[in-house]
Amino acid sequence: MPQWLHTFGDQYLMWNEGPLIWISDVLILLTGFGIVFVLTYFKKWGWLWREWLTTVDHKKIGIMYLIASLLMMFRGGVDALLLRTQLAVPNNHFLDAEHYDQIFTTHGTIMILFMAMPFIFALFNIAVPLQIGARDVAFPYLNAISFWLFFFGALLFNISFVFGGSPDAGWVSYPPLAGPEFDKGPGENFYLLALQISGIGSIGTGINFLATILKMRAPGMTLMRMPLFTWSVVATSLVIIFAFPALTVALALLLLDRIVGTHFFTMAHGGDPMMYINLFWIWGHPEVYIVIMPAFGVFSEVVATFSRKRVFGYTSMVASLLLISVISYFVWAHHFFTMGAGADVNTFFAVASMAVAIPTGVKIFNWLFTMFRGRIRLELPMLWTIAFVPCFAIGGATGVMLAAAPADYQYHNSYFLIAHFHQVLIGGVVFGMLAGMYYWWPKMFGFKLDDRLGRYAFWFFNIGFYVCFMPQYALGFMGMQRRMYVYPADMGWNTLNLVSTIGAYLMGIGFLFIVAQVLYSIKYGERDVTGDIWDGRTLEWSLPSPVPHYNFAVIPTVTSRDAWWEMKQTGQIQALRPSADEIAPIHMPKNSGRPFILSACFFVAGFGFVFEWFWLAALGLLGVVICLILRAFEYDDEYHIPPHEVVETESALGRL
Amino acid sequence: MRSRTPRRMGAMGLTALALLFLATGCGPEYIVLNPAGPVGREELHLIELSTILVLIVIVPVLALLAFIVIRYRDRPGNKAGYTPEWSESKWLEVVWWGIPIVIVGLLGYYTGKSTFSLVQPPEKDVKPITIQVTSLDWKWLFQYPDQKVATVNYCEIPTGVPVQFVLTSDAPMNSFWVPQLGGQEYTMPGMAMRLWLQADKPGSYFGTGANFTGKGFAHMHFQVVAKSDSEFNQWVQQVKSSSPALTMAGYNKLKQPGTMGTASYSSYPKNLFDKIVWKNGGRYMPDMMMDQGLDANMPGMSGMGSQTSKDSNTHS
Amino acid sequence: MALAEKHVTPGGSARASSIEYRDPHQSVRIMGFWLFLSTDMLLFACLFATYLVVRTHTDGGPTPHEIFDVPGFTIETFLLLTSSFTGGLATLAMRNGHKKQLMAWLIVTMLLGLGFVGLEIQEFVADVAEGATMQRSAFLSAFFTLVGTHGSHVSLGIGWMFITLLQVARRGITAVTARKVFIVNLYWHFLDVVWVFIFTVVYLSGVVM
Repeated sequence: MPQWLHTFGDQYLMWNEGPLIWISDVLILLTGFGIVFVLTYFKKWGWLWREWLTTVDHKKIGIMYLIASLLMMFRGGVDALLLRTQLAVPNNHFLDAEHYDQIFTTHGTIMILFMAMPFIFALFNIAVPLQIGARDVAFPYLNAISFWLFFFGALLFNISFVFGGSPDAGWVSYPPLAGPEFDKGPGENFYLLALQISGIGSIGTGINFLATILKMRAPGMTLMRMPLFTWSVVATSLVIIFAFPALTVALALLLLDRIVGTHFFTMAHGGDPMMYINLFWIWGHPEVYIVIMPAFGVFSEVVATFSRKRVFGYTSMVASLLLISVISYFVWAHHFFTMGAGADVNTFFAVASMAVAIPTGVKIFNWLFTMFRGRIRLELPMLWTIAFVPCFAIGGATGVMLAAAPADYQYHNSYFLIAHFHQVLIGGVVFGMLAGMYYWWPKMFGFKLDDRLGRYAFWFFNIGFYVCFMPQYALGFMGMQRRMYVYPADMGWNTLNLVSTIGAYLMGIGFLFIVAQVLYSIKYGERDVTGDIWDGRTLEWSLPSPVPHYNFAVIPTVTSRDAWWEMKQTGQIQALRPSADEIAPIHMPKNSGRPFILSACFFVAGFGFVFEWFWLAALGLLGVVICLILRAFEYDDEYHIPPHEVVETESALGRL
Repeated sequence: MRSRTPRRMGAMGLTALALLFLATGCGPEYIVLNPAGPVGREELHLIELSTILVLIVIVPVLALLAFIVIRYRDRPGNKAGYTPEWSESKWLEVVWWGIPIVIVGLLGYYTGKSTFSLVQPPEKDVKPITIQVTSLDWKWLFQYPDQKVATVNYCEIPTGVPVQFVLTSDAPMNSFWVPQLGGQEYTMPGMAMRLWLQADKPGSYFGTGANFTGKGFAHMHFQVVAKSDSEFNQWVQQVKSSSPALTMAGYNKLKQPGTMGTASYSSYPKNLFDKIVWKNGGRYMPDMMMDQGLDANMPGMSGMGSQTSKDSNTHS
Repeated sequence: MALAEKHVTPGGSARASSIEYRDPHQSVRIMGFWLFLSTDMLLFACLFATYLVVRTHTDGGPTPHEIFDVPGFTIETFLLLTSSFTGGLATLAMRNGHKKQLMAWLIVTMLLGLGFVGLEIQEFVADVAEGATMQRSAFLSAFFTLVGTHGSHVSLGIGWMFITLLQVARRGITAVTARKVFIVNLYWHFLDVVWVFIFTVVYLSGVVM
């Protein structure tokens, strides 16, 4: 082998690190070839480009978000299993320190930013325009850009696994550990640029959905008639808009430190690492509410639908969402009670953090009383919602315990903390997203996911969850702290760690059942012919499944909360069905390949910055600028669907 | 299986919780729950209080959930009430906004009280001793400014005497945690932070770094050995007479990334700790330095941080 | 865009007197842009916070007092404030339907902006020549980043305004071009406001300190 190839292989492809990397390389190449082969063989390249890569349809974008986040859940889950395998027994040699550090970093980053975020965006896209009676979001083109920026951000992050090396300073990436003095190599750069690129996309989504909901509601849908999921998206978008800029700045400044040589967060020359920690958590804490609030929205929809009852305390539900989003900005310092803030500061942030429990608790009681005197159907979405209540209640309770600052001095960075945030993030966000996925799946694809396999998945995942994380609370009380790749055998931690690992594998089996369930249901799943498979309450259930690409042939007029339910009760569903003479030409945005190309240029620029190949970065940025200029001169980006075409589609669906 | 679903869920959560607390009540390996000093005890009290307060909410929630899901299942012939339009009740809302507010108020009050008391020495009548702690990659350096000795990866303290740990880092930030004596505090470059701890009875207490600092982090454990005043003084004399001195060159070597066992030094360079804090950013916070009794006005900084070879990964 | 003409909240029609708001397709974009500006404002807020934290961290290097050039930043301020005014005149001309006036004011605004950017570059070059680089100390890192971020925003704004100008020249004042002119002017005024803060928080207080 020539010397240059050897050097290249070791430096960028990490061939010197052994079989794990080789196997990954081979698998990735095989998968890549497989995909290319299938697309070519079935002549699907054109289809892929026309139907998916260039689409600006919110429903398709939602589906792409969903697929991406399930893939990322797989990657993050494999990471988790590797970590738990390493910790199954004391002084294990399965992974070495470097690999363990990389894996817990990618696990955390992927699960929060590349699994939870796209999952909530998937549900935003799928449900919001349909719930408010709109034909698309306010800025469909921007919506496509947001998705592709997320996609290429995630791609950039995942590439680090086989090209250049993964980040290894934790998902919070605190300097000076993540700074130029202690962390050379491209891994951290991958982290910074991938998050930056997908973060721009997230800001776009926040703006887009807030504008959509404020400006594009169907006539008669006042704010206080909106479905609660839509309300949760309002609250979430507000928090995104106000929180993400802090992350942008934190990442940008750390990147400057690393590749330009500035001194924001270095130890020498007057840098102040504490500043990064503040900026990071000013985004970071609101971020956890960004991912949990849409889950709250899902639960509100699911509970009402599957209890066949109005949601209890609608006004309180809205108020508590808004209260949570306001309080979320005043709790960030609880991530560093132990970093020397004064007693006054700690007390303030402690009480503010506990205060979050008040509106959250109110929501739990309201859900319970929605079920009370209802008729509860234990379909899959409801099952996950019911499982959520105890899980989140306990997670929330340990959260209140953590908020008591002096107690936190003992919990901080221990496994007690790990158990707590997994309990709220899995029990809250993941359960919520899965409930939402099961709930809206028939709306997206026109068929239901198989019930039996779904129940296996549910039980494996839930039992696995408690087996995995309950022991971790105890481990925290035993003084075991996070991010240790090995632990001593004489501390009494052995049994509980082993139990925890077993639980993690049970959850892994649960995930496999979800995969099996999806594959099985594509062929055998129950078809949804009515469009209203759950006997729903909100406008999306008045449409056929899957929804035609213009959504509403005629924009509905809304007269009450739970509009569709009310119309069903009063026998007025014809009011929501279009009649042929009402159908006017429909304005729709044209597909465009530019969001994809623009984001690909961002990817190229990001890749250039990671390796400090500034010519490549400049080339990528030039591509970005060209795409933007071309967009500025683009006037012909809409078209009309002629009425006869709409009439044909609607007749074929039997709605005329 | 279907009809038992909700009951199982509730039961599972409750059992898990119960098991947890049963388990934690006993067993010396639950070191956080077996404090050996007043600070750890105070924190344990707050842990207990917060547990009880949150249980006031959690237990009814779990019970209600189980009851509701069982009673209002959509089964043929279910005679339980069904009121699909009932969705408002001012009194119920007042109850569940009110109770959490009261609980948070109570817990907030005790949290504040405890937070303020922990910045004070646990015992006011006894003259405290000071130990300066520096976290390095990947070891702990302890300096005794009164006794003028230094140790690595272990420290000894007299029992019944408040110990003022002054913490900094000359490496990525770590966190200094001795669970049985009390909660942790970060060691941050350029900052000197105070943590009061005290041991009531003699013993050897597990200490550890609690914030990730890279490759060698998992090996950053240390022991805090508490012994009677006279034994402590004996130990100091012994270190003074039999251990080598820590020189500036020795410190710079110590600073190199790597792990090591324990070590003792009969002396250390003058103002070493002050210089470490000063050069990493403490000079921009003279108030903080003076609060911790450090020299906020460093003159020559010879020999400090001149050569920091960051790439060397020698495990010494 | 998929927005039915009639189903827009009444806010749009209340301001229907201005051309840029008349078409609901355009008014929703203006609202979106306001939301974007709030994110940009927070971005600057974070940079300001960083600057304030480290502005005394000079590491023995140049201090604010030593590198800030009073006549230089005063002229910069004058240019930018004036350009904001002429930008406002451009919007007025647009609302009155005067295409030539609109274009003329846009050109004046851009020229003033160019003058501002030119002076800022000159200032930076002079600083660097004196050894005040952004690698020298935390203070200088934060200074160059904050002021430079604003400067690159202004540069971007000039390019954007130029592109908008071309569209006005080609298409005249339509609902779409009017909205574009309005938005680029919003952006411009916003940068002006940010500069007022830079002027006081960075330059004035730096000189006084």
